[in-house]
Amino acid sequence: MVVVKTLPEIPVKKGEPPYKIWIFEPGEKKELPLIFNLRQLAEQRRPALLPGHRMCAGCAAPIVVKLASFAFRGPTIVVNATGCLEVSTTIYPYTSWAVPWIHNAFENAAATAGGIEAAIKAMKKTGRLKYDHVDVVVFAGDGGTYDIGFQALSGMAERGHDVLYILYDNEAYMNTGIQRSGGTPKYAWTTTSPVGSVLPGKGESKKPIAEIMVAHRIPYVATATPAHWMDFMKKVRKGIEVNGPAFIHALSSCDRGWRHEESISIEILRRAVDTCYFPLWEWTPETGYVLTDRSLVIARNPSLKQPIEKFVEVQGRFRHLLRPENKELLKQLQEYVDAMWEDLLKRASNAPR
Amino acid sequence: MSTLRSWREIPLGGVAFRLSTDVKTGDWRALRPVIDQNKCTKCLICWLFCPDMSIIWDGEKVSVNYDYCKGCGICAHECPVKAISMVPEVGE
Repeated sequence: MVVVKTLPEIPVKKGEPPYKIWIFEPGEKKELPLIFNLRQLAEQRRPALLPGHRMCAGCAAPIVVKLASFAFRGPTIVVNATGCLEVSTTIYPYTSWAVPWIHNAFENAAATAGGIEAAIKAMKKTGRLKYDHVDVVVFAGDGGTYDIGFQALSGMAERGHDVLYILYDNEAYMNTGIQRSGGTPKYAWTTTSPVGSVLPGKGESKKPIAEIMVAHRIPYVATATPAHWMDFMKKVRKGIEVNGPAFIHALSSCDRGWRHEESISIEILRRAVDTCYFPLWEWTPETGYVLTDRSLVIARNPSLKQPIEKFVEVQGRFRHLLRPENKELLKQLQEYVDAMWEDLLKRASNAPR
Repeated sequence: MSTLRSWREIPLGGVAFRLSTDVKTGDWRALRPVIDQNKCTKCLICWLFCPDMSIIWDGEKVSVNYDYCKGCGICAHECPVKAISMVPEVGE
């Protein structure tokens, strides 16, 4: 038997509880507006993630979900790949999700989402859908996207399901204890790419997942971080509104795996963008690469670009790069980041020439 | 179980039926965020970035729901006027 307990009644405004399950009346047509005024947002919206989830203190993944949920436009079904977010938000019998949520297996989050989208389409055709539109949003970690879930994602993009796939990238398999993934950057320490006299951390570079999704020529691809929250919310809304698959690559810091203080989770993401380690851009088949937010500012004024040390110095996983004997490695990392940034500037349509 | 259950009898999947708001994660906390109401400009940046949804805006002032706050300190670090300070928890 299913027992739904009522939520704690802590009045926010005129008897509104601070945490609410999202319920949409059947036949509701109006779209939720995108609000950037924080007071209006705090009064009118409730996040799709409830408190009491067991993510680590200082994890940026709940912030990714929270900000994305403020950009949802109405009834939404969330699909989750296995990962930190899945295991720590749904410890049986508790769930932290205020929206319909499904988890299937590690590798098939995108395929599950595609199936749900096909079912919605079929129900719409036969008049059984009670809503005007139901959006499907996938949250998957880097393991479930770069490595294990990649063929399902590629297939979903190829078949053209109307799904928004949000990758929160914490750059290793943090859930199982910091093993390297396809998303781990070069020279980063993980438990399976240890630092010592033989190895200087991971030997391979990060897989450019967002560019692989661009190569699928799906209607919308973007990179974002929760630190640039307005940009992130705009991108999520665009990804939902677009007719066809959309992909958002959101960098999400992990204080356990990146070995940094809990309190600087957002600061570190800001530094990732400031050093051009993780540029913010969006891509559509019509406009091509378009730089957004802070990365556009840096492209127009290159003196604002910070050296990679700014990003590296606060993280324990890159601690060995700051030793004098590893100066060469840091230089190589800087050259790699610069090359990627120059390459992006050449392709971006709004970069100054 | 003596006989093997058929596929019709096996449940479709696990259904989580309780809300995680029953789980008070506040006891993880080592540092407690305290808001200086005189300094607070009510910009709600802390509310936006709180990973545990434990900053409450009631229309007049910002407060912390200590039931769920894990004490990560993101709010204190991000506060533009430094109105939030992290004080060590002193247990009973």
